[in-house]
Formats: sequence, structure tokens, C-alpha cells
Amino acid sequence: MQLKTILTTATMALGLATAALADGHEKTKVGFVYVGPVGDFGWSYEHNEGRLAVMEEFGDSVETTFVESVPEGADAERVLTQMALSGHDLIFTTSFGYMDATMNVAAKFPDVKFEHATGYKRADNVSTYGARFYEGRAVIGHIAGKMTETNKVGYIASYPIPEVIRGINSAYLHAQKVNPDVEFNVVWVYSWFDPAKEADAAKALIEQGADVIMQHTDSTAPMTIAEEAGIVAFGQASDMKNFGPNAQLTAIIDNWAPYYIDRVRAVKDGTWSSMDTWDGIAPGMVELAPISDKVPADVKAEAEAMAAAIAAGDYHPFTGPINKQDGSAWLAEGEVADDGTLAGMNFYIEGVQGEIPN
Amino acid sequence: MDLSAINPIVLIASLMVASTPILLAAIGELVVEKSGVLNLGVEGMMITGAICGFAMAVETGSPALGFIGAALGGAALSLIFAFLTQVLLSNQVATGLALTLFGLGFSALIGQSYIGVKPPTSATLILGLDAMVFVGIGIIAVTWWVLKYTRVGLILRAVGENHDAAHALGYKVVLIRTAAIAFGGACAGLGGAYLSLIRVPQWTEGMTSGAGWIALAIVVFASWKPWRVLLGAYLFGGITVLQLNLQAAGVKIPVEYLSMSPYLITIIVLVIMSADRTRTALNAPAMLGRSFHASN
Repeated sequence: MQLKTILTTATMALGLATAALADGHEKTKVGFVYVGPVGDFGWSYEHNEGRLAVMEEFGDSVETTFVESVPEGADAERVLTQMALSGHDLIFTTSFGYMDATMNVAAKFPDVKFEHATGYKRADNVSTYGARFYEGRAVIGHIAGKMTETNKVGYIASYPIPEVIRGINSAYLHAQKVNPDVEFNVVWVYSWFDPAKEADAAKALIEQGADVIMQHTDSTAPMTIAEEAGIVAFGQASDMKNFGPNAQLTAIIDNWAPYYIDRVRAVKDGTWSSMDTWDGIAPGMVELAPISDKVPADVKAEAEAMAAAIAAGDYHPFTGPINKQDGSAWLAEGEVADDGTLAGMNFYIEGVQGEIPN
Repeated sequence: MDLSAINPIVLIASLMVASTPILLAAIGELVVEKSGVLNLGVEGMMITGAICGFAMAVETGSPALGFIGAALGGAALSLIFAFLTQVLLSNQVATGLALTLFGLGFSALIGQSYIGVKPPTSATLILGLDAMVFVGIGIIAVTWWVLKYTRVGLILRAVGENHDAAHALGYKVVLIRTAAIAFGGACAGLGGAYLSLIRVPQWTEGMTSGAGWIALAIVVFASWKPWRVLLGAYLFGGITVLQLNLQAAGVKIPVEYLSMSPYLITIIVLVIMSADRTRTALNAPAMLGRSFHASN
């Protein structure tokens, strides 16, 4: 009798354990690696919003984890290995600089699926995804060209990678179309997230006459400085209106949630395969924050019309004729840039001052 | 290229602003190290000061009270370090690193409700400079004077050079070191608050982004001499600001050289200053990083 009770209890315990195990295994474990803190209210913040959307969508059937402020380089490889070892099914590495680390770790863990943001290296278990931010940059470039009075636009850039160079070209091209005298002063800060340095860069640009600030870094510091100096700026990656209620004209917002939900679903369904996704305004991966009332109504209408034309596929921001910086021809009249060239863009277009650092 | 766009006076003012956070943190750490303690938690104390000062300034509407709050916050955090290393005799390097991690997490936690809030504006004295820039220089001057000319300074240095001898003379080694650690925490807190209240001015998680480590390097750079901390901080901060200004002016120097210049010049100066090895070795406090217990 007693033995039977013990046996029953043991069996029940075993059963529970098996159920728990099965349950644990069914749960899809998704990891995220961020380059800045979740609270940067820029780039990493939006990726985390995407993670939260995944949790909301799938509830208890997924488990998500994240590691923030992971430096690009050897540290990233360590973090990724740790994630792969701890049973993650899918790992999103959300910065360009994680590319080699992602490839190296993915080669060691063929059963774990990886998604690398804004990169160009793929494998059977590595997908890449990115957003056509240059579409948004075209719209804000147009507004900047119309709004600047000193004809100097200050541009705070992070690293000289194709993503950033494409943004500078796209913004300049459309600013210069509506204002031939416009000049872009580009300052490279060599960091994605360094509020103090970004603030110093914004101050240096403003002291030298810039009255519009654009940034391709992740913190809200440049927006705060623009607000303080009484000039205008554009938010990057997130709506930064809280940090510059008067300064922000609009912001490019990255909306990763639909993509993340799709990819997690694909892993759960077993339909995940390596692919390259590059979406823009049309599917909503790139959004624009409401345009400020500071922008005259006609400019606002033009900007909205441009965004609509891009979304509809009627207009490509890189449509010829466009020359390279050295004056050589790049795109002929009416020719549209192909994705390959755009993805690897390593040259300035005609009119942009300065040189791209190596 | 348009160098005339750079106004030298404005440039010097922004140099002083950019240098003040690391200057404050470094002078605090100098005192700590002079007492023979190595506290690697500067980054953690800075960020804690940044949020404590920010929260205090926002709640009271007074930047001055904010800075006081920052100093208290930084000092409070450093007392955890003091308790662990001085009373429980934990390893100083490991405890310092843990303090940085704790500070970063703790500040993010209490900073949740201050994201996107605007701090009260600080009054400027001359050239757009605020009082804290001069307070920083004042702290350097006082530290130099105290260390060099007063009995308190002598005792502090004695504890840092030979804690057993100082103990034998009847000085309370643990107490003196705890006081030095608290001073270091308060200074680091002020440096952090300078970032969140004046230089940026906003609260963002992880906003110190490595400034505490630069402050630690500057103490070594300064070979534990107060005025050289000022020199080191201004050199590093100055070249950082200068290179950003040169970039903005479109000077035809490759950006990669401009960007690396603060680090490059710091290394060069460090090499020159440490050329005389015996003198450098003499400057480092002999008991740096060593735990003290009366039974030893």
C-alpha cells in the first residue's frame, strides 16, 4: 500500500516533470542583442518595442530574453555563444557591427537561427533584415532644404558604413533639389550611443552656423541640444518629440514589430528559411512621425506627397541623373539605383563636401 | 574649409564644459587612490550621481540642490564599496567592477520616471560657463593644497604609502580610507550630474558611456598629482571638442586621424611622462589596491 503510494507519487512527479519538459521545449526561446541601452529612446528602444510586440502576440508560447549595451566586437561573440548555448531557437542581432560575430557563432550552432539587422552576410541559418531608412531620409532632406535659413545642415553620423552614407546621400540629394545652396556639415562621432559626445557634436555644428540638425546616432542628446539652442532637428529611429517638443520637425521611426512577429511565427511553424528583407515606407517598417506645425503647410504637403509616392512605388529616392562626388556619372536620366549598389554604397554623391573616412 | 567659423573663445568654453565631468571624477579618484584604495566603480558612481542629481534638480527646481543630491548619491554608493572592501576585506578590483554594474542598473531603475523630463536651467556666469566649471577647478586647488600642505593630507598619504606604519602610529586606517572613498564617490557623483544637468542636459540610461574609465586613466596619466588631473582632463576633453569642431568646419584632415587624436595624444603624453621609470613608480601610492587588517 505504502509502496504503491510512493510509486504513484513518483510516477505523477515523473509525469509532471515530463510535461514541464515538453512544455519547456515547445516554448520558442527568442533572444535579442542590443548595441545600446533599451532606454536610449532611439534605435535599441524600437527593437525592444518589437520584442514586446512578440511577447504580446504569442503570450506564453514564447520566451524572450535580451542583452543590452553589447559592444560590437569580441564581446558580442561571447554574448551570442552564451545565448546559443542556453537554448535559444532564434536570435536577433540588432546592429551592423555584430555581423562577423553573428556569422562565427552561427557556424558553430547550425540548429540555432540568427537574424542580423542591416548586414549583408547570410548563411543557411542566418537571415538579414533592414529597413530602407533612406526613403525617410529623402523626406526629411526635402524638409531640411526648405527650412534652413543659414543653408547649413549639421549631420551627426556614427560610423562610415553603407547604411549611414546612404542616409547622408539621400537627405542631401533631396535638400539640394529644393535649395541648391544647401551645405551638409558631417561630423563622425564613431559611436552609436554616446550622449555626451553627440551633444558636443551638435553644439559644435550649431556654433558653426547649422540651423537644422540631423542625426544618425541613437541617443536623444542632439535633439535636446537643438531644443536648447532654439533650432530644429529630426528624430532618429524613434519619435523624440518628448526631448524636443519645439525642435522636432518629424522623426524617422523604425517599426520592427511586424517583422519580428513574422519571423518568430516562421520558427514556430518550421517554415523559417534564410532570406534577406529590406522594407521601407510601404509595408510600414519605416514610418514618419507627425510633421510639426513649424513646417509651412505647402512644405508639409510636399513631404507627405513624397512619402506617399515612395510608398506607392511611383518614386525612388535615388532616381537619375545623379553623379558621384568626383563628378563621374552614376545614374543616367530616369535610371533607378539597384539594391546591390545601395546596400554597399561607399561613395558620396555630387555636392556633398568632405571625404568618407576609411 | 572655413576655420574662421571656429570662435576660439567659444571653443575654450566648450572645452571646459566637455572636460568638467571627467575632471571631477578623476580628482575624487585621485584622493581615493592616494589613500591606497583602488575603486574601479567610478563609472557606476558617476551614473548614480547623474540620476540622483537630475531627480533632485527636477523635484526641487534647483540645479544647486541637484548637485548636492548627486554628491550625496555618489557618496552613498561608494560607502557600499567602503563597507565591502574595508570592513569585509573583499577584493577591491572585483568589488569596484561590481559597483559599476550595480550603479548602471540601479540608475536605470530609478531613472525610469525621469526619461524625457527637462531639468531646470543652470545660471551661467561668464562666456556661457556655469559655476560648476569653477567649482571643479576649486576642488583641484583645494585637494592640491590639502595633500601638500596640511596634516590631514600628510595622514592620508601616510595611509596610502604604508598602512601598517600609519596604524602603528595610531591612525584609524579604515576610517580614513572610508572618508577618502566617500569623497571620491561625491566627486564622481558631481561629475555625473554635470553630464545630466548641464552638458547634455537630459537623463538617458548609460549616459556616462565610459567617462568613468577615462577618469581612471587620467589619474594614472596625472601620476597622482592634482594639477596634472586638470591638465589631463583639459587635454582629453579639449582635443575631443577640437576635433569635432574641425570636422564641422570641414578641415581637410582625414576624420579617422581626428577621431583617434584624443586617445593618441593621451598615450603619447603618458609615454613621455613615464619615460623616467623610477619617478613614475615613486608616484604611485605604495599600498594601492592592498587590503588592510589590523592583525596583519
